[in-house]
Amino acid sequence: MIAQLTAWLTHPLGHMIAALVAIMAFLGVNGLVLVYMERKVAGFIQRRPGPYEVGPQGLLQPLADAGKLISKQLTIPDGADKLMFWAAPVLSMAPVVICFLPIPFSPLLTGMDVNLGLLLILAFSGLNSLALCLAGWGSNNKYSLLGAARAVAQAVAYEIPLLLAVLAVAFQTGSLNLSVIAEEQSRGLLSWNVFTHPLAFFIFFVASVAETNRSPFDLPEAESELTAGFHTEYSGMGFGIFFLAEYSYMVIVCAVATALFLGGWDGPVLPGIWWFLAKVFGLIFVMMWFRWTFPRVRFDQLLNICWKWLIPLGLLNLVVTALMLKLVR
Amino acid sequence: MGRDVNETLTGDFYTNHFAPGLSEDGDTLILNIGPQHPATHGVLRVIVELDGEYIRKSEPVLGYIHRMHEKMGEVKTYAQYLPNMGRVDYLHALAWNWAYVGAVEKLMGITLPPRAEYIRVITCELNRISSHLLWWGAYLLDLGGFTPILYGFADRERILDILQIVTGSRLTYCYFRFGGVAADVTDEFIALTRQFCRDFTRRLPMYRDLVTGNMILRGRCEEIGVLPPEMARRYGATGPVLRGSGVAYDVRRCEPYSVYDRLAFDIPTGQTGDAMDRYEVRMAEMAQSVAIIEQALEALPEGHILSPELPERLIPPKGEVYFAVEGARGKIGVYLLSDGTAKPYRLKLRSPSFSNLSLFAELAQGTLLADAVSIMGSLDLVIPEIDR
Repeated sequence: MIAQLTAWLTHPLGHMIAALVAIMAFLGVNGLVLVYMERKVAGFIQRRPGPYEVGPQGLLQPLADAGKLISKQLTIPDGADKLMFWAAPVLSMAPVVICFLPIPFSPLLTGMDVNLGLLLILAFSGLNSLALCLAGWGSNNKYSLLGAARAVAQAVAYEIPLLLAVLAVAFQTGSLNLSVIAEEQSRGLLSWNVFTHPLAFFIFFVASVAETNRSPFDLPEAESELTAGFHTEYSGMGFGIFFLAEYSYMVIVCAVATALFLGGWDGPVLPGIWWFLAKVFGLIFVMMWFRWTFPRVRFDQLLNICWKWLIPLGLLNLVVTALMLKLVR
Repeated sequence: MGRDVNETLTGDFYTNHFAPGLSEDGDTLILNIGPQHPATHGVLRVIVELDGEYIRKSEPVLGYIHRMHEKMGEVKTYAQYLPNMGRVDYLHALAWNWAYVGAVEKLMGITLPPRAEYIRVITCELNRISSHLLWWGAYLLDLGGFTPILYGFADRERILDILQIVTGSRLTYCYFRFGGVAADVTDEFIALTRQFCRDFTRRLPMYRDLVTGNMILRGRCEEIGVLPPEMARRYGATGPVLRGSGVAYDVRRCEPYSVYDRLAFDIPTGQTGDAMDRYEVRMAEMAQSVAIIEQALEALPEGHILSPELPERLIPPKGEVYFAVEGARGKIGVYLLSDGTAKPYRLKLRSPSFSNLSLFAELAQGTLLADAVSIMGSLDLVIPEIDR
């Protein structure tokens, strides 16, 4: 029985199915944990307790939130394109699962060891902007449309510095496989890429905050301008899935940042998986810190940061990296 | 290609009224902001014509919270109407209290005992700080910063607690009376106010470090909504909006009432008249209010809190009177026409938010939608005051 199971799990297909199921479970739990974490972090920064009524220390609050979202009626606005309207949240969530496959949680715990893992993640996370676009267009609401237009412009602009930052690391390692890149950095603290590529890490992190539509770059859903942007018309789980997808993308970009720059699973004493998760959630905490501290930038300022600062800096970083590699080798 | 108004617009009176000035190419988006929208802080509605995200034309639509305050003034006796004043501008209720009782006192020639004057100054300035604190939080909320409003509310909460001791209420105060105030201040009130002034003087530099110096905030406020002084005059803007443009007009200084001429305080002004200047003026005004409160507490004399020679029935003589005070949003004026009966013949309220809002359409023209939100926030509008 156990031998059979092991045989089935070591088969590539079986391994992948098991990984997908595990990822789905992780995403669900992750959503709950991050909702709780976000509310507690917000409470801490705003000098209030945060949720504490439901369960001990408010631990059951995310479950109550989820229950509320699931039990709410799903409404469709008049004149909305039903197919697009409901395809959008699904399309936003579906690529997330694939993006998790190549992430190396530890040397043994990788959903699918692919050579082009980094490319896979970047390609599939790009689908999210399509989902936001559909949501904005299908809602038949002007605020949603403006939000969608912002989302697309923002996602397209910020994918470039993201790629430039990633490329610098890929140059050095000579691989797009995240496991290999993480493995390269597992020789102690000083082998981490964040010390050899500090600028690339900075660019990557800023661009990933923008890619995940988090404050101060949360323009597609800027509530004081566009009420709720692209998800204005979504109720119940329609909104819930967008929400879950946003949190999942946060984990993805932070996991990629950890694997690329922060040594992946590298760390003393504890098993690698705990170090990996600690670094991921540390980065997520920084993103939450941003959200509850900064005001929102304006749209032209957002694009100026990208085109006038991040892209030239990214190109410069790439050129310097390439030259250094040529000289050293 | 011209836009066929009847075909494309099937809206209400206001959208149809908005239609004639629309751009000829028809390639614009008409967006209805409000009456329920997070940026309007109440039931204000603004129709805007957007070209991309640039505003071609905008028009505020008023009247969603019109409660006929002026008409009510004509059918109620002078004393019965007093509680209405706390509801006109709920954030600086005591200034409206003052404008109304001040007008009646001026008409009847009632002089106040000095203790009442000082109590009025102290409570009104405390109320001004609480109003500015709420504006500060709400403005940052408009710009997407969630946290400052909770810090502002922590300080505001203390002011509300202090004012509750003497006024008995926390928001819609009805504390001033014709010829004085309703209740004397207690030792607890004085001690708490002194403590608050000490603590708040330390909090203001913290706000400056945490929020005012922020690069993103400065990017959202500087050079945004530049209001030239002559334009501010043209629209009758007053208060921090006018002072942000560099005009040092403050009713407390220019047409001194009560004991303000005996107190030393500065009139902070801006240079360029952008949203940041209006922001800075309000932040500086809070410090000035603290200074006024501290001086007034020092000088607080003993004595009556209500004028002893008040008539039993309040019937002013025939005549008309105008009395203005400086509210948190600008010049609050009350015009009274008395026909010698127990009720005013006509009552007119001059609210600063109404004049300040009328700036918006011209100021917002050609700006981005996000800038328009910033401009609207920097005007510090209280919607019930606009509609009265």
